[in-house]
Amino acid sequence: MELNVLWFILIAVLFAGYFFLEGFDYGVGVLVPFLGRTDTERRILLNTFGPFWDGNEVWLITAGGALFAAFPHWYATLFSGFYLALFLILVALILRAVALEFRHLDESPGWRRFWDGALCFGSFLPSLLWGVAFANLLKGVPINAEKQFVGTFFDLLSPYTLVGGLALLFLFLMHGALFVALRTEGELEDRAKKYASPLAVLAMGWVGLFLLLSLRVVAGKPLALALFLLVLALLGGSYGASRANRSGWAFALGGLSIVFLTFGFFSALFPRVMVSSLNPDWSLTVYNASSSPYTLKVMTVVALLLVPVVLLYQGWTYWIFRKRVTIKDLHY
Amino acid sequence: MDALTLALARWQFAITATYHFFFVPLTLGLSLLVAVMETLYVRTGDENYKRMTKFWGKLFVINFVLGVVTGILQEFHFGMNWSEYSRFVGDIFGAPLAVEALLAFFLESTFLGVWIFGWDKISKRLHLLSIWLVAIASNLSALWILIANSFMQEPVGFVLRSGRAEMKSFWALVTNPNIFTQFPHTVIAGLTTASFFIMGISAYHLLRRTHLEVFRPSMRIGVIAGLLAVLVVALTGHFQGRHLVEAQPMKIAAANALWETSQPAPLNLVAVIDQRSETNRGALALPALESLLAHHSFSAEVKGIKELQQEMVARYGPGYYIPPVAVTFWSFRIMVGAGLWLLFLSFYAYYLYRKGKLEERPGALKALLYSIPVPYLANTAGWAMTEVGRQPWIVYGLQRVDQALSPCVTAGQLLITLLGFTLLLGILAVVDVFLLARFARQGPEAVPASMPEKEVSLWS
Repeated sequence: MELNVLWFILIAVLFAGYFFLEGFDYGVGVLVPFLGRTDTERRILLNTFGPFWDGNEVWLITAGGALFAAFPHWYATLFSGFYLALFLILVALILRAVALEFRHLDESPGWRRFWDGALCFGSFLPSLLWGVAFANLLKGVPINAEKQFVGTFFDLLSPYTLVGGLALLFLFLMHGALFVALRTEGELEDRAKKYASPLAVLAMGWVGLFLLLSLRVVAGKPLALALFLLVLALLGGSYGASRANRSGWAFALGGLSIVFLTFGFFSALFPRVMVSSLNPDWSLTVYNASSSPYTLKVMTVVALLLVPVVLLYQGWTYWIFRKRVTIKDLHY
Repeated sequence: MDALTLALARWQFAITATYHFFFVPLTLGLSLLVAVMETLYVRTGDENYKRMTKFWGKLFVINFVLGVVTGILQEFHFGMNWSEYSRFVGDIFGAPLAVEALLAFFLESTFLGVWIFGWDKISKRLHLLSIWLVAIASNLSALWILIANSFMQEPVGFVLRSGRAEMKSFWALVTNPNIFTQFPHTVIAGLTTASFFIMGISAYHLLRRTHLEVFRPSMRIGVIAGLLAVLVVALTGHFQGRHLVEAQPMKIAAANALWETSQPAPLNLVAVIDQRSETNRGALALPALESLLAHHSFSAEVKGIKELQQEMVARYGPGYYIPPVAVTFWSFRIMVGAGLWLLFLSFYAYYLYRKGKLEERPGALKALLYSIPVPYLANTAGWAMTEVGRQPWIVYGLQRVDQALSPCVTAGQLLITLLGFTLLLGILAVVDVFLLARFARQGPEAVPASMPEKEVSLWS
């Protein structure tokens, strides 16, 4: 396999990992004010993903670094072009991380309410905006012959891209509710389960609508189409499992739908990485946006050495904190 | 590229990088010292060491999060504001960033989670291993980002092809001569910051005679680590300066406001600098000392700014290659001045400590308490000198800062993000310092015997 293609796949994997892992902690973050009625409940909710969120966020940082290293033009055009959107994502990520660390440091209700709000907003915004961003990648944005973005922030907002954003948002909300259902017990668990099925329906609806609107893009891309259909099937399965009170299965299937949606995005893009709406020839591809073969080779060796180790110890931490899962029989 | 856009982008980088490095040095140093404390706990089983570990660990975590969030910002920044820089060096600069994330950030973040939440979940030894991994990973991340920065200071292992710098040798990149002085200088500056942080807060409690059982041994660790660290910082700093004489003579000339090539060259202690007329309107100078520092000889020639400017014109074509001299000069002096104060204070504290008299000297304790900000001043000034002194280059000799800007980003957009980040991070930094001060004053938790089992202490 060509290294350009391998790195494209690797970046897809990094984003899929980011969406799967931070998907649930964004989801829980948005749901905290709704699911948690007392301060204790909210604290339990934060503790469900407390040991993990920072490690989860590194998936995004790694995706950014990998993009920079393997496809500098993609990184440069994307980050300078989606400027204000990324600014908002950064503000949200800053607020969110700080909310998690600061909230418990003072007991006054006003302080805690403020950081609950910051966490909710800081989790909501990236969920929505990453969906908008990926929809824009598929839809195409104004890029000129010099690989420069020539549009404005408002070019990025359209009904289609907003549908993409809502699809990702509701997927994450569903994912978060199912995560809570797995990690808590008693009333909180019941409440989370009650949230999970309607959220699954909403996610399915928005994802379905998004796919419908994407048909033009996916036409002639059987792999992408198959992946998108698989996503709908997985969501159906997740919903069914949710209804049948099988939270473990519901979480696993829902999580897989996020992973495969990401793969669907990427396979619909391939071999392009950013589509130019001005002229198809001006699109950035895995070939014209990449680093030199030497850098790709070096980075491949580095990634093959390190990624398995990372997966091992990160997986191990989920094992350590498995007892947080208060429903005894379910493991994920 | 208009001047306003460029100015806004430069201010934004300066401000956010300064925020980032406000939090990072303490992370680097305190992670190591907390690991040492927990090692003492595991070895001796003494509960006071556990309380000590938890107390400093809590401050570590409060500080850590702002280092993380300002760090993500830095990573995104290159693409957002400096896309042409990213295109030009992505082949080279992106690689160490990706390695940093894969090798260091994953390790650091994952095991910090284990450490914070794992007190009652894993064995003592595994828990100890976690904090050591956090400490090693933070310092490893410093290595990789400094490898990236070293390329900007001293490009090596590359070839220019179709207008881009492409990597020719990864080995040359990671063994950049600049890294051998910059890395130890930076991470040990972190250890210095943490040592003085520990000494200052311990001094506060020793003055009030509160929690002596925790702050006496803390002070011991701070005094010893502080003395060793500040010595290494001074030494590596000296060699870094010597290296710059060869690698970036303009930076060193500007840092000393030496306009004319001189043999021997005097050391300007203070100077009134007039960049427009390329002279110092007045200076207090020590004869021949600059020759000694730069070349270990009282009679060596040191090149001046004007001659270096001519050399660079001959080499790179017409242009103005002189950095803002006053900023470079004064930031260098602030760094060295702060360093000398820390050197003196750590010797004095060590002397008193050895005599067993430190606790009887409220003056010395107060000096330690009020010196907590001094390493911060030195850290910031050091980076100001490093980055401002490299101007107008973003990559020394290869790309100028004005060539590196994102063409599609407007002054209006930059203004929004500049104000947004400055205000948001500014407020958060103030809140963070306030929280650190509050928990530092509060001292360690009282009785370790009955730790609640279910709730995790740090997140309760």
